[in-house]
Amino acid sequence: MTSILTNLFDGVAYGMLLFVLACGLAVTLGLMNFVNLAHGAFAMAGGYVCAIMVNQQGWPFFAALPLAFVASAVIGIVLERTLYRHLYARSHLDQVLFSIGLAFMSVAAVDYIMGSSRIFINLPDALQGQFDVFGVGIGRYRLMIIVICGALTALLQLVLAKTRFGSRLRAAVDDPRAASGLGINVPQVFAFTFAFGCGLAGLGGALSAEILGLDPYFPLKFMIYFLIVVTVGGSSSITGPFLASLLLGIGDVAGKYYVPKMGPFVIYTMMIVILIWRPNGLFGRTAAR
Amino acid sequence: MTAQTDVAYHARRHGRWHWSEIAFWLFLLACGFIFPSRYLIMTEVVRLALFALSLDLILGYAGIVSLGHAAFFGVGAYAAGLLSAHGIITEPILALVVAGLAATVLGFATSFLVIRGVDLTRLMVTLGIALLLEALAERFSDITGGTDGLQGIDMQPLLGLFAFDMFGKTGFFYALAVLFLLFLLARRIVYSPFGLSLRAIRNNPLRAAAIGIPVNRRLIAIYTIAAFYAGVAGALFTQTTQITSLDVFAFDRSADLMLMVVIGGTGYLYGGLLGAAIFKLLQVGFSTITPQYWGFWIGLVLVVIVLVGRARIHAAALFLPNLVLRQIGGRKAVVALSDSEAP
Repeated sequence: MTSILTNLFDGVAYGMLLFVLACGLAVTLGLMNFVNLAHGAFAMAGGYVCAIMVNQQGWPFFAALPLAFVASAVIGIVLERTLYRHLYARSHLDQVLFSIGLAFMSVAAVDYIMGSSRIFINLPDALQGQFDVFGVGIGRYRLMIIVICGALTALLQLVLAKTRFGSRLRAAVDDPRAASGLGINVPQVFAFTFAFGCGLAGLGGALSAEILGLDPYFPLKFMIYFLIVVTVGGSSSITGPFLASLLLGIGDVAGKYYVPKMGPFVIYTMMIVILIWRPNGLFGRTAAR
Repeated sequence: MTAQTDVAYHARRHGRWHWSEIAFWLFLLACGFIFPSRYLIMTEVVRLALFALSLDLILGYAGIVSLGHAAFFGVGAYAAGLLSAHGIITEPILALVVAGLAATVLGFATSFLVIRGVDLTRLMVTLGIALLLEALAERFSDITGGTDGLQGIDMQPLLGLFAFDMFGKTGFFYALAVLFLLFLLARRIVYSPFGLSLRAIRNNPLRAAAIGIPVNRRLIAIYTIAAFYAGVAGALFTQTTQITSLDVFAFDRSADLMLMVVIGGTGYLYGGLLGAAIFKLLQVGFSTITPQYWGFWIGLVLVVIVLVGRARIHAAALFLPNLVLRQIGGRKAVVALSDSEAP
């Protein structure tokens, strides 16, 4: 019984982490309809920035996390303004090629600068080990992930639903032409959202170094996971990807624990079945745009 | 001239063999005699060319974007490898056909999944199938040999006459012959009414359906055929290298393949062949400069191609040859890509 609960806990933490990593992609891919296979590269950038600051410069872990966010967001906005925005109107094939190219470049560049081995971030003592609650093992680090990611999710939902920027974004996504007719600066809204999504991915990358492992192949290794979150979750709101992340996280942890030999088999089968059953995702709203 | 005979006339004229095509194949054959020390790398180019031809059939002619074409390559490779390693079929040509058919079965089965949904769903499903197969091959490593690879693949001499030698001479001519035969078949397919209907589907599925083309059935058919081609390419890989391992399913293989087809140009059969040759040259060139980081430069090539625009690059590449051809053969000799560039 307790092992089930522990697994559930780990799965939730894993799922939340995936959500923070992938929700930027949910916006670009789900809402702006841009296939960005290089999303993991932004996460990796954040992870490496955090690792360098903590391990080499001696920054405290919690001070390096916001920096990971800012660094990825800056990289994101620079690339968006210089490269990505030319490709919004192109075919999916072009977008796929372009973003695979970026992902390959990021892998080789990080390999060149940082070396190809897995990197660890020195954690403060307070985050190590685990404690028991009614016999259920709760990892401190995973608890922190749940707290941070949970707070971020709530914040995102609030921003999207309640603020002026949120309603602008929703308008720009629903109908870019009408939105720009109403005086909304659609490219600016998209650029800002893109940067914010990259920032979140960077933060996720920093947090995930401990759990997923951080090495130069991160963008390619976890690309499929991010894509699953978005395609399965659908794009109508952030609730869909959130639930899909939790499902994926719990499914993956449980799959690895109970049927270790089947490995990633469970996840891929689940994804294919769901996509066949509902091509627009579990929580999809509209038909293909 | 009525519209129908007009279409038939143009289709037939495009389908006729051009003298430059004959020259191209003669040149390939001649390569086997001019560079006797480069058999291994030339065999690899021929293999990649066949694989690229397969992707071009679905990407360039039917407009299906696939990120998991390595699935069929892998199935063909393992089928050929297992057949030979267990001594079931050691006759190479028969094994090649059987391996291709194994991939065909998989292609047919998965085509129903792929034709559903839009680009994004297709990307995910094709990618998922390739990853699934990779996971399966890893899971059953007692059969597939896992990461160590499947060893002990031993082929009978080709046609009972030509043994596979260590310099790869037999392998090269064997691969080239297979490529040529399958190319003839593909050429026949794309210039047939069936092939024309595929192009109509690529350009506008809705309109194609409206004029009475059974869109889904055509897509299933071409996807299955492409799977056969990829399976044969995989089997050639196993037979000419005499080893196969898990990386036949790798994502990089599918991505590289896409790069080849895009470099060469989608939607005309020679695109895949030229793309494979250029890709291999680039790869060899980059990896002699930076052995470990050539992926960076390949990535850069992709980004530049997309940013500059595929159509523009091909127009620039064809400018000089066309200038020469126009001088020799007049306006008709000019080489151009097929009607519309992007799927």
